[in-house]
Amino acid sequence: MKRGLLSIGGLVLLLCLAVMAGIYLGSVRMSVLDVWNIVWHKGGADTAYHIVWDIRIPRVLAALLLGGGLSVSGFLLQTFFQNPIAGPYVLGISSGAKLTVALAMIVLLGRGLSISAFGMVVAAFVGAMLSMGFVLVLSFRVQNMSFLVVCGIMIGYICSAITDFLVTFAGDNNIVNLHNWSKGSFSGMSWETMPLMAGMIVLGVVFSFFLSKPISAYQLGETYARNMGVNIKGLRILLIVLSSLLSACVTAFAGPISFVGIAVPHLMKSLTKSARPLFLIPCCFLGGAVITILCDTVARLAFAPTELSISSVTAIFLVPVVITMMVKKQRGRL
Amino acid sequence: MSQIKAEHLSVGYGKKIVLSDLSFAADKGQVVTLIGPNGAGKSTILKTFIKQLAPLGGVAYVGEKSIARLSEKEMALQLSVVMTGRLKPELMTCREVVATGRYPYTGRLGILGKEDWLRVDEAMHMVHAMETADCYFQQISDGQKQRVMLARAICQDTQVLILDEPTSYLDIRYKLDIMESIRLLAKEKGRTVLMSLHELDLARMISDVILCVDGEKISKIGSPEEIFQGTVMETLYHIKERSYDPVTGAVYLERAKGAPQGFVIGGGGRSLALYSYLNRQRIPFVAGLLWEDDVAYSMAVATAGQCFSQKSGYPFPQEEIRRAKEAVDACLFCVSTKSGFGPLEEGNRIVYNYAKERNKLIDEEEVWQK
Repeated sequence: MKRGLLSIGGLVLLLCLAVMAGIYLGSVRMSVLDVWNIVWHKGGADTAYHIVWDIRIPRVLAALLLGGGLSVSGFLLQTFFQNPIAGPYVLGISSGAKLTVALAMIVLLGRGLSISAFGMVVAAFVGAMLSMGFVLVLSFRVQNMSFLVVCGIMIGYICSAITDFLVTFAGDNNIVNLHNWSKGSFSGMSWETMPLMAGMIVLGVVFSFFLSKPISAYQLGETYARNMGVNIKGLRILLIVLSSLLSACVTAFAGPISFVGIAVPHLMKSLTKSARPLFLIPCCFLGGAVITILCDTVARLAFAPTELSISSVTAIFLVPVVITMMVKKQRGRL
Repeated sequence: MSQIKAEHLSVGYGKKIVLSDLSFAADKGQVVTLIGPNGAGKSTILKTFIKQLAPLGGVAYVGEKSIARLSEKEMALQLSVVMTGRLKPELMTCREVVATGRYPYTGRLGILGKEDWLRVDEAMHMVHAMETADCYFQQISDGQKQRVMLARAICQDTQVLILDEPTSYLDIRYKLDIMESIRLLAKEKGRTVLMSLHELDLARMISDVILCVDGEKISKIGSPEEIFQGTVMETLYHIKERSYDPVTGAVYLERAKGAPQGFVIGGGGRSLALYSYLNRQRIPFVAGLLWEDDVAYSMAVATAGQCFSQKSGYPFPQEEIRRAKEAVDACLFCVSTKSGFGPLEEGNRIVYNYAKERNKLIDEEEVWQK
């Protein structure tokens, strides 16, 4: 109880620091004072003002929202499958969303139409639900989790392959951006899409938070959850829709981002030493935000001015976390 | 008024009916136990009552209402469960697991109030699970887990408890412990318990009503006294006649075949060890002479190649003594379980002396070396 609240407090603090670091650090060097001035007094030189307000702040905000949303989505999926290695990326949900978004973009851009942010989210949601549906059908047939994860990874590969294929042959200059996006990146975030992004993610996360009670009942397994008065079918549908919605949102805006969805919930469990969703959901959001902002900052700075894809950075930092967790689990079971 | 009732209930998976036309009822304060072979459908009945499976015909009642008309919330307030599946709740302490029993009473976010936590501790006290309260559930033993799960069901504070094999995999101490808790719940708190058990001795000890489930229907309903008699168990479990003793609840391995090698003279408690040793070593033996109410009688009948016996309280007849002497001749050794013979045991004294004359009598100690 205490530990949960303390963790939330600590994470809020970390998040403030991460946001400040994300705004302060960049390929264009500025003094702390200048940045302070620009953020709080909207002063300073035009270029610097533009860099901070139109590039860095939206980018950090996007990383905050999307990273947090992705972690919560991972937590929901882990609850649903009652398995700690479930996540939107390994189950192929992100890749499904990526494929439909790429398709939508190519089809529409090819006809000279532009696609709205909302359209992207819808397309991503459709793709996420399709992959999810496929994984679900498999999960009803085969009750084996490792099989399911392997299938998810396969689905991911197929979707990525088709996306690559589409992107390669689309060949249009308009679609140059698509290439960056399909690898996952926070570059080019603007204020225009922010309300939609913030709205969707906040809605999804808050809704998830209010599912804390049935989720914690569900953690004891279906039989007991039902006995506690939980409508199992309803909860399962909500879990699926919410997790797909959150990861679809992330994919629509920033492309697929790997491993945040698996690793962050685990890190948060180790931090809070508890599995209570009441604390874990806020912690996942905050922790996911912190880690994604930091990873994005690394992606920007490590080889500046060349940017790394966000997934490469998250993979490097988070895969060891996932492996450690799996080793621990295996040991615990022996 | 009955708290649990089945009326011509059919249960099964999907469309496949496992058991049909079940009718039974359980009142307040009653313990009703399902026994029967593995796969006979005991769990299927329980799963139907907790609405995990839909009834395939007939009606199941919990309280006054048919379960089909009870909402999830109402069900949660009416009955609580302990099922067999292994739970793996991550990072949950035992107290937290028990606390989930209070969920039907909590608000939107599932936060427990002071009163709820008191109930949680009360339930844990009741099943002696207090010392593990702050341990992680996954780190305690199976027996302790079962106590915790029972506490969880208890603090849900429902009239009806459904327990699926609550004592399986537990050692004798935990078995007794769980039984004590169930008795307390039923007899002092007036709860109704419907459960399945594999341990016939426990079922007999705790149940008010026993239902024999045989894979098609409930073949017999009755009090333990009505169920544990004759060859009911042998028929229910499809085992050889006399391999289960309804009087003591003991089970016996099939008797060794072949010509008898040993003769165990006399009956009484001491002969039980001898019978079981000889039968275990596959040494065929005869037993006698003993009265039909002797503690060793049913084991002698079940495991000895031949058993010389007489109605209780009567002296052994000459004919039986003569045949026993013949048996002594056929055996390689004889052993007596008696240090002396009473006035009505003249027959045993005769057989004992006969064996002694023929130098076949050996000490009990020597038997253990065979």
